[in-house]
Amino acid sequence: MFPTDAKYTKDHEWIREEDGSYIVGITSFAAEQLGDITYVEVPEVGDEFSITNEVATVESVKAASDIYAPISGSIIEVNYALEDQPELVNENPFTGGWFFKMSASNVEELSALMDANSYESYVQEQDH
Amino acid sequence: MSWTPTTDIERQEMLDIIGVSSIDDLFSSIPNELRLKSWDIPEGLSEMSTLSTIDKMSRKNSVDTVNFMGGGYYDHYIPAAVNALSSRSEFYTAYTPYQPECAQGTLQSIYEYQSAICRLTGMEFSNASLYEGGTAVFEAATMSIRINRKRNKIVCHSSMNPNYRAILESHTANLDVEIVDGDDPGNAACVIVQNPAFDGTIQDFTELGNACKEAGALFVVSFYPISLGLMKTPGEMGADIAIAEGQSLGIPLSFGGPYLGILATLKKHVRKMPGRICGETVDTEGKRGFVLTLQAREQHIRRGKAMSNICSNQALCALRALIFLSLMGKEGLVEIATHCHSKTEYLKSKLSFATILNEGNTFNEFSVRLPKDAREVLKAMVKEGFNAGIPLVDIGRGDANDLLIAVTEKRTREELDAFASALENVSCS
Repeated sequence: MFPTDAKYTKDHEWIREEDGSYIVGITSFAAEQLGDITYVEVPEVGDEFSITNEVATVESVKAASDIYAPISGSIIEVNYALEDQPELVNENPFTGGWFFKMSASNVEELSALMDANSYESYVQEQDH
Repeated sequence: MSWTPTTDIERQEMLDIIGVSSIDDLFSSIPNELRLKSWDIPEGLSEMSTLSTIDKMSRKNSVDTVNFMGGGYYDHYIPAAVNALSSRSEFYTAYTPYQPECAQGTLQSIYEYQSAICRLTGMEFSNASLYEGGTAVFEAATMSIRINRKRNKIVCHSSMNPNYRAILESHTANLDVEIVDGDDPGNAACVIVQNPAFDGTIQDFTELGNACKEAGALFVVSFYPISLGLMKTPGEMGADIAIAEGQSLGIPLSFGGPYLGILATLKKHVRKMPGRICGETVDTEGKRGFVLTLQAREQHIRRGKAMSNICSNQALCALRALIFLSLMGKEGLVEIATHCHSKTEYLKSKLSFATILNEGNTFNEFSVRLPKDAREVLKAMVKEGFNAGIPLVDIGRGDANDLLIAVTEKRTREELDAFASALENVSCS
């Protein structure tokens, strides 16, 4: 089961509201698929992104994947702990392994994302 | 490497399988008027006549002239051990093996090359090498833009070899990159300097390095490996990226290469570095081993978003540089550099008929204004047995009478004396 207080993208990012801003990370499914994550390149505070822009990069032992902005907005805070402890993404993808906190320039965009149940079915389809 | 040709019968079988009647049919989509009517290639020669034809042609080269040409490529002595070791069949390939971890010896030599370059430059990380000095400039520039994501301005200092600047321009022609001249790091991705400058002048760029840091621009230093025996290293000047043409480290002068591109950087920038990196590790039994590391930066994994399209390295030339540096050691390098510098100063003292153009100190290369056209002097000097240097106009700088002269440890006092008097005779006559 995936946390029900978050929304999900088809690219396996999660986004959760907290005090008016939005925290973004990748799901446990994505982290498992990538294997041991060795490096996370986070954006800079103040960077502005449109929905589906590349925001961050995740490297595992022999792959690199891009992380896309689930909604449009700008970066308020990034999780610098990932620089030295990228394994946080594997260990706690929904808590300590968060990537960045952003503001939303168009909250409407959130409604197009999946809730935990839809994401669960989406992942099951992907698995088969 | 062996080459096994196909027979006529095999070729016919292959043509039959794909259903065409002749090899020419494979090119039938090319309109007739666009095809060459004749290749105009003479009949084949026997091995013996081929060798004698080529030998005759090669005699047109003036190979026994004493060399005072530099401009980034220098006539240094290459100890016999460099050829002997690098031509061993275990090493004799230009390429990174495609199953790199199977070739532990090759990886170890790359790892040791990287270590030697870090010690030489005072930098923290070196890659496994690039093609040559000019493309290293381009790689450093684009690496700076990857690090300084919101900037695309590359500032080229006047010390930079105009040829390197031209290579940078052609490589970035289709990229969103702005190239400007000067030394203002404001809003720049990086400032690139060269030390010694292309005209031979040496400079301490530490202050410019500090200014770069303050302005958030990367500081890129193109260096001359041999000069570091005497001079402040890029690391000591605060470089973010150090680059060089590595030919002076045991690689013979030849018409355009193969040469060696050196690129070293700081740990904090290593993930944006182009090219291969070899790392040391332990295997499952705890034994020391070598691997290619941080490969997720590279093209075979990250495809179009790779740090660079460099997916290879110049392993054989890097090996020669490693052997050269190992043979010289710290003291040997200081000795060569001292010889280069002292002999250059000696030659300068003999050229009172010309004007030295360098405003500051020089290492082993300097510019002079002759009483006569430098290109003419160059031609006349070949008859005297000397390659006198490079007319500055040939690299797009200076006046017609300006000549760039380089001196290495190979030049003897007799040669320097003879050169000085021949140059005086030729250019004052």
